[in-house]
Amino acid sequence: MNGLPGFLRRLEGPQTVGRGPAFWITFAIVFAIACAYPLFSDGYTVGNTVYFFVWVFIALSLCVIWGYGGSLSFGQTAFFGIAGYSYGILTLNFGSAYGFTLVALVLAVVIAALFALLLGYFMFFGRIAGVFLGIVTLAVTLMLERFMAQTAGPEWRIGAARLNGFNGMSAMPPLTIPWSGGDIVLLADIGLYYAVLGLLLLVYLGLRILMNSSFGNVIVAIRENPERAEMLGYDVRKYQLITFVIGAALAGISGVLYTAWGQYITPSSMGMTAAALPLIWVAVGGRSDLTSTVIGTLVVLAAFQALTIYGSQYALVFMGVLLVLTVLIAPNGLVLGAMNLISRLVARRSKGDV
Amino acid sequence: MALLELRGLNKHFGGLHVTNSVDLVLEAGEIHCLIGPNGAGKSTLFRLILGEHHPGSGDILFAGENITALKPFARIHRGLSVKFQVPGVFKGLSVRQNLEIALQRTHRSVELAREIDRLLTFLNLEAEQMQTAGNLSHGQKQWLEIGMAISLKPQLLLLDEPTAGMSPEETHQTGEMVQRLNADGMTVLAIEHDMAFVRQVAQRVTVLHLGQVFAQGSIDEIVADERVAAIYLGQAHA
Repeated sequence: MNGLPGFLRRLEGPQTVGRGPAFWITFAIVFAIACAYPLFSDGYTVGNTVYFFVWVFIALSLCVIWGYGGSLSFGQTAFFGIAGYSYGILTLNFGSAYGFTLVALVLAVVIAALFALLLGYFMFFGRIAGVFLGIVTLAVTLMLERFMAQTAGPEWRIGAARLNGFNGMSAMPPLTIPWSGGDIVLLADIGLYYAVLGLLLLVYLGLRILMNSSFGNVIVAIRENPERAEMLGYDVRKYQLITFVIGAALAGISGVLYTAWGQYITPSSMGMTAAALPLIWVAVGGRSDLTSTVIGTLVVLAAFQALTIYGSQYALVFMGVLLVLTVLIAPNGLVLGAMNLISRLVARRSKGDV
Repeated sequence: MALLELRGLNKHFGGLHVTNSVDLVLEAGEIHCLIGPNGAGKSTLFRLILGEHHPGSGDILFAGENITALKPFARIHRGLSVKFQVPGVFKGLSVRQNLEIALQRTHRSVELAREIDRLLTFLNLEAEQMQTAGNLSHGQKQWLEIGMAISLKPQLLLLDEPTAGMSPEETHQTGEMVQRLNADGMTVLAIEHDMAFVRQVAQRVTVLHLGQVFAQGSIDEIVADERVAAIYLGQAHA
């Protein structure tokens, strides 16, 4: 890949599984199938697939903060909720004309990131680490859930937007792209599918580049040994804070897309179950690799939904069992374990050819 | 000229006075060894110099600048570097990536790759460069961390028991390497228990006992000092 500009060469590197033509051809085929898929499916199923894609961003946020950075955040749902509610409040007040929903998307993500900057500053510069980081972030998301749940009264309104307590906000406009021949409204089927798929592609490739850059090197160095990283001249807390803010922005993207997808957001999206599930997706897939996280999240989500439909309340129990099995069998993640096995086999075979 | 100067440094851990009014001057260009029985406060002194601990009172001057209030990473930028007692390599990353992380702050692209290769040769770790650092032997880990520490081209290199767990031959090689670095102008302060190593490299020795500077001089003066022998023997008989 020597002919490529420097930053594109970072698509491959020690921090991401998958390299060489075989990987990228497979990647291109999978992406082509994903592009063609709506042509062979109905609107409802496509809309449901968008729902899966929406969650991948929050999974990637955990992958970055926890898998690469080594700080377990139990409260990514706080940023999810803040961005979701922000999108609702902004669009219910200012409508969807002139592409404002896209501005609201960006603003909502920025608000979530700013909140993470403030929270992260006190955590990292207050030397909160390890399990305490998880406790603080979990407490924050549960407090936000409690707070939003008690906003049922009519006095809880921001402009035209009622917060509606436990029932949550609804009827905000979906994402809308301004177009000369009339606005394109991205309802929860094919339109939103392509928009989210495109965003997912950009975020995935962008994170690959970031994690294989010198910034990514420092992030994994801090995970491995923060003292050594500091003694090589890196301001560890600054790097941790930046990572945390990037993660919050990713979780915020999930929150906005979720809100725009279903045109509602409720406090329970910041509750205990909501906070725990992304951890399971990421742990089962393989938290220290982007590709494993994406695959793991989609597979576990699909399985979870199937179980919810056929087995109702046992789905959550199954998720717990899945987590325990992962920790026992493949602590680094089932998908990551399988991918490492495949790459070892491929390497052995190509060695045999020579 | 003094490169590092500790003035009246004090540190308490609860009621324990681990660093007691320590004054120490390190001349630029010397190899200085810090010895003393276990619990003498040697590692604590290192942590004070590096900024991981903050002194209750006293000042730390480096190259004429008062660095007492600086954060650890900022002290590294001034020209300090350290190899810890327990090898502090990035265990889950490859040997090459370990060196890349050490070097990438000051080097870019082609120059970075060349510098990594040069260090791998220097450390005799070329064959292991793609191996996970956690799989190296103890001695190799020690070398890798020394390599990371010297890759910063520090003015002052702090070594906390650089030869712990090494064979006599490895210890001797490490000593030769320290002397080579010193010949190139690097000042070295080493905590060491291995007297063969101290005798090989030290130009001056400071004995620390119960948090205080107990004695200072050449290795021959220290060995001849009966009081020094007494504190080591006292320790052994206790």
